[in-house]
Amino acid sequence: MIRFRLVVAVFLLALAAGPAWALSSPSEMLANPVLEKRAEAIGMQLRCVVCQNESIEQSDATLAAQFRAIIRRRVTEGWSDKRIMDWMVQRYGTFILLRPPFDPMTWILWGAPAIALAVGGVAIVLARRRHPSLPEPLSVAERQRLAELLK
Amino acid sequence: MIPELGHFALALAVALAAAQAVLPIVGAQSRDPRLMAAGPALAVGQLISLVFCYGCLVWSAVVNDFSVYDVAMNSSSTEPLFYRITGTWGNHDGSILLWCLVLSICGGAVALFGRGLPSALRARVLGVMGIVSAGFLLFTLTASNPFRRMWPPPIQGAAINPLLQDPGLAIHPPILYIGYVGFSIPFAFAVAALLEGRVDATWGRWVRPWTLAAWCFLTCGIALGSWWAYYELGWGGFWFWDPVENASLLPWLTGTALLHCAIVVEKREALKTWTVLLAIATFSLSLCGTFMVRSGILNSVHSFAVDPTQGVFILTLLAITIGGSLALFAFRAPVLAASGVFAPISREGALVLNNVLLCSLCAVVFTGTAYPLFAALFHVQLSVGPPYFHLTVVPLLVPLFLAMSVGPVLAWKRADLAPALLRLWWAGAIAALIGIGTELGLHRAFAAAGFAGAAWLILGAFAELVERIRLFRIPLGASWSRLRAQRLGVWGGAIAHAGMGVTVAGIAGMSLALSTIVAVAPGQTIAFGGYQWTLLAMHDVPGPNYTAQVADLRIMRDGRQVAVVHPSLRTFGQQHQTVTDTSIQTNLLRDLYIALGGEQGGKVVLRLHVNTLAAFVWLGALVMAFGGALSLVDRRLRVGAPARRGVVGVPA
Repeated sequence: MIRFRLVVAVFLLALAAGPAWALSSPSEMLANPVLEKRAEAIGMQLRCVVCQNESIEQSDATLAAQFRAIIRRRVTEGWSDKRIMDWMVQRYGTFILLRPPFDPMTWILWGAPAIALAVGGVAIVLARRRHPSLPEPLSVAERQRLAELLK
Repeated sequence: MIPELGHFALALAVALAAAQAVLPIVGAQSRDPRLMAAGPALAVGQLISLVFCYGCLVWSAVVNDFSVYDVAMNSSSTEPLFYRITGTWGNHDGSILLWCLVLSICGGAVALFGRGLPSALRARVLGVMGIVSAGFLLFTLTASNPFRRMWPPPIQGAAINPLLQDPGLAIHPPILYIGYVGFSIPFAFAVAALLEGRVDATWGRWVRPWTLAAWCFLTCGIALGSWWAYYELGWGGFWFWDPVENASLLPWLTGTALLHCAIVVEKREALKTWTVLLAIATFSLSLCGTFMVRSGILNSVHSFAVDPTQGVFILTLLAITIGGSLALFAFRAPVLAASGVFAPISREGALVLNNVLLCSLCAVVFTGTAYPLFAALFHVQLSVGPPYFHLTVVPLLVPLFLAMSVGPVLAWKRADLAPALLRLWWAGAIAALIGIGTELGLHRAFAAAGFAGAAWLILGAFAELVERIRLFRIPLGASWSRLRAQRLGVWGGAIAHAGMGVTVAGIAGMSLALSTIVAVAPGQTIAFGGYQWTLLAMHDVPGPNYTAQVADLRIMRDGRQVAVVHPSLRTFGQQHQTVTDTSIQTNLLRDLYIALGGEQGGKVVLRLHVNTLAAFVWLGALVMAFGGALSLVDRRLRVGAPARRGVVGVPA
């Protein structure tokens, strides 16, 4: 909690000091497009910890720029995506992951679509049981008789 | 003097709303026509006093009366007149007053256009709206009064946030609020129906147009917000799954479900209880969307700005409104007996599926948005970002989109799936061809699936019309005359569904977007995305309350000039804040999107995007709203409305 307060304080300071929504510089980008693409993909999965709901690739905060630089350095050093992510989580906690991990804490979160559909399905079954069902459709014999009567 | 008059009008509105909350309902319960007739008069009175009240606030901002706290904090004499006016709702207090004003407009609309309603139903509807109105007006008057005075007044006001000094965002709140607050009408009808213990086709016929109108505005409001994020934030994205965006999406999802449910109530008198619950849920989510975000619960960073007593007041109001209506629902819903029965495979069945999927989507977005708060209860900090939403929302959207084209060709009550699917074979075949073609040509699976889905939605949307005019089965001339005889409502539904397809096409196109960041010197040319981008010159241009650093950029393709654009960087001296003013050159099929960064050692940083089909994302939303509006002007909705009765309605 204390760290979070700190984060908020940093955010407020950042608002007061820096120009918001500036652009990052192209010098940050790696020359190798394959590596750059990998670094971007990793960066999009990580949250800028001093901003509201922005990935570090989108943020203009200084801290995000530093994170971008770290990721790019690791990528050029040949670290795997997983190793970089694990390293980040180890240092900054799961808070940094924009895609929360699947663990007991997030079972409800990840199960939400299935739970919602199941609740809907159960509700439909219960509602149908309570209400009178539609009469059976006409049988073949009945339909023939109806056709004869209508002739 | 003028602010005091506004203050007085606000207090008057509270009194009128309080009377409106009590008298008509008491009248309806005791069947006293005089008390019931007080409802419309009080609603119109409340509307007039709030219009006057808001006018006073605008006046104070226009004449730069900085002794009014809200004007001093959010306006400045250096701003253009337009932003001084829009600044009145660009802040906390003023926006809540605007919210109340829109609510009173809805009340006034029911009072004026609802003359044909059974008088007991109208009295109860207005009474419920009065209760909501009284609560929020009391909050405005006591805890967030925009007419507070400040002494001594500052010489200059603090001006609104430069990010908000933009035409798109300036008109965004009123449109969004009409959408949000418009759902108060179906909510009031739902609560009135619970009080009355009766829901019938007439009720459905009254609820649907109001829901439709609110839905159209909410659709436009969300699209406008997303468009603003696209061009103002300078990142080329259009949806960030931000809590504020999600909060507006939630009532849209349940509102869409409500819209379809009301059709079933109107045509088949089925799903009544569910429709009532959806109406309550939609307005509840609207309330949460407007106020939770402000009260600082969802968006913890902003909680510093808000006085905690305000948050508690708002939460109490929300609890009373939402909890009260839900309790009433639990207590009274069993009274609403369903009469229409239907088989699982039928138009009604398809609409039930639509509802389950839309509500599941809503549940997922809600869970994702609120989960960080939930986890915080267990002292766990986690973030739920776009990757989560993409993974969970797409699997629910796929069946929804598949069913969207099938549902309208099914018959009411009982239908056969096979013939219905046969009627859609051509749409399915074309969609599959488009999907396979995209995959073979570009090797981008998401885009291929998206384009196929878009084609399925757009073509499928018109399948019902094709069926109705018996195209290619009777002579073309006969088909044409049948086409001209179709009701606007049929067109409206088809166009709204097609609009969703257009948006899907836009989203699929955006997955093919290209972007890069470059640093260029004046005169230098960059080749990117099949275009040649030349920075011609940089110069400074003074604006009314900012200075802009403007780049002149020429874009060429195959030796021909496509456009000369002027992205700029606006520095607002008063707030020491810089805002990017992106340049977007669109031909609808692709956007050339340029944002200007700072200067670095004689070079200028530019972010260049080639966004395929970007315009379709918002165009689709406009098409959806247009379809809704077409349905709204359908003659049947007015002619079919119950005739004036003017007598006391049947009691519960």
